[in-house]
Amino acid sequence: MYRYDHYDQAMVDARVAEFRDQAQRRLDGKLTEDQFKPLRLMNGLYLQLHAYMLRVAIPYGTLDSRQMRMLADIAEKYDRGYGHFTTRQNIQYNWIKLEDAADILADLATVEMHAIQTSGNCIRNISSDHFAGAAADELVDPRPYAELLRQWSSFHPEFSYLPRKFKIAVIASESDRAAMRLHDIGIRIVEKGGMLGAAFYVGGGMGRTPMIAPLVRDFVPLDQLVTYAEACLRVYNRHGRRDNKYKARIKILVHELGAEEYTRQVEEEFAHLLGQGIEPPLAELERIKDFFPDPAFSTDAPTDIDRSDSAFALWVDRNTHPHKIPGHASAVISLKPVGGIPGDATAGQMRLMANLAERYSFDECRVMHTQNVVLPHVRMADLHAIWTELEAAGLGSPNLDTIEDIIACPGLDYCSLANARSIPVAQRIQERFAETGRTEVLGELKLKISGCINACGHHHAGHIGILGVDRKGVENYQLLLGGSEAQDTALAKITGPGFDEEGIVDAVEKATDVYLDQRQGGERFLDTYRRIGMTPFKEALYG
Amino acid sequence: MKILTGNDLKTGAVVWWDGVSWSIHVEDAVDAGESADDIAAREEALRRVNVPYAIEAEKTENGIRPAHIKDRIRALGPTVRPDLTLKPADPEAGNWVI
Repeated sequence: MYRYDHYDQAMVDARVAEFRDQAQRRLDGKLTEDQFKPLRLMNGLYLQLHAYMLRVAIPYGTLDSRQMRMLADIAEKYDRGYGHFTTRQNIQYNWIKLEDAADILADLATVEMHAIQTSGNCIRNISSDHFAGAAADELVDPRPYAELLRQWSSFHPEFSYLPRKFKIAVIASESDRAAMRLHDIGIRIVEKGGMLGAAFYVGGGMGRTPMIAPLVRDFVPLDQLVTYAEACLRVYNRHGRRDNKYKARIKILVHELGAEEYTRQVEEEFAHLLGQGIEPPLAELERIKDFFPDPAFSTDAPTDIDRSDSAFALWVDRNTHPHKIPGHASAVISLKPVGGIPGDATAGQMRLMANLAERYSFDECRVMHTQNVVLPHVRMADLHAIWTELEAAGLGSPNLDTIEDIIACPGLDYCSLANARSIPVAQRIQERFAETGRTEVLGELKLKISGCINACGHHHAGHIGILGVDRKGVENYQLLLGGSEAQDTALAKITGPGFDEEGIVDAVEKATDVYLDQRQGGERFLDTYRRIGMTPFKEALYG
Repeated sequence: MKILTGNDLKTGAVVWWDGVSWSIHVEDAVDAGESADDIAAREEALRRVNVPYAIEAEKTENGIRPAHIKDRIRALGPTVRPDLTLKPADPEAGNWVI
């Protein structure tokens, strides 16, 4: 994985010192909250319902054991013993004291981490495929390209005050495991005529106005990747709606201009920029690539495993993903125990994940946008030992991509923007389906819950989505069906009037009843919905 | 009644105006009435609290109850982590929020 050079470390250390001074000036009363707020946000420090919240960047979700242990240490030393892994492959701490914030950033800097650009109207953490470098179906490892863009976008003076926040995802396979087309810029590394390049999708996003990003260019040569990204940003920075926060994201600009006109302007800017020499030399990309070599995989790792323990066999079937090297797999650690809080992990659990990564996965783990953690490179022969330790720590739930593997934002339990609680709804749904034993029968069913229209819980992209709203001071939940954030990207549609907290759990069960009644062959919930449409579901829900 | 709330500048903890200072217990909140905005401005200037604001609340036989669920969650703590609320020993505390 990428390691900081002298410049990276110097920049991060300087930012820690700068923020320490800023925080002290705030504590001393030399800065007002209005003056301090944009400074703390540029360093990932929010003020949430119960305390300050710190969001720490995990570039493209990749961590080594040393970094994961530091996250555990911070949870224990400065927070309340746990952290929350987010839908953008980051981690958040919910109980931070302002007087500790600079010390935390200093601790993070010792392991090449920071919280820079995890908030504010700038380019945020670059996300990627959590199986990058391991997946059997990828063209190349997308992370060197994500890292190149991370370096380009860090402290970019022109893009530090964009009209609104800006999110980029990079993948390199036909399968989309990063919700690529629901980002401001989605990049897919592709091959054309034996050459590698990048397809650019621009103007996607969730939030109050969900949009699927249209293809703006199907092939950008790799030696023009940064220049093309710069052109996309420049057009947005020039014309994005700074007058209206709710219309300020690039998706609105692309939609209002039309993809064709937006593309025309980008191409014009791109042609101009090509003469400016802003592209880093390919040697820099090659330097970065050298940080992402394949680990020393065994070439003769056994592929057979003992499946006589049915609980273990179920976990293998559910929670492992095919690896490009025979005899290996990517093992997903579910942070979705029934009745737990999606994405939360205690310091002890983080240390266990770090130990397992160190021992069994070439010292690497990944945070998934689905709020789970992956050990990307494990020998199949080691799966039982890994599962045994996970089970003992409450991390062995065999529920990847099932109705129990719910994405849920922190909701009104933690977030000052939320209108309704998300986590209790997720817990009730998990409990209902675990009790009835239907989880396995339902197969792949992605359920996502947001506590407000900002859609941090990706409800627009759920096979089943739930949106919490405030109805005259009472929590109410809208049900949506038919979304997908995979390669068949689709936006879910609202079924009709909302439900109360109990009612929404019943409504989800009724929707699954329709599916089980109507499914044909090996259809997933989403396939059946696409075939039969909304009507049968509405009839079951509203009679 | 109108009560004042905010977050402690140093710790970020939720606090309530008790007439003299800031308490972490909503039960201590007092009716700030028409003075709410003046008190908020003065206290923020003194750096004792971060972004104070007034909310509607009612006095019940069980104490002060903020009108909106968001402020009741702020007063108690996250409903999904009763161990981290101000009343970890009370299994019914979460019901107060709803």
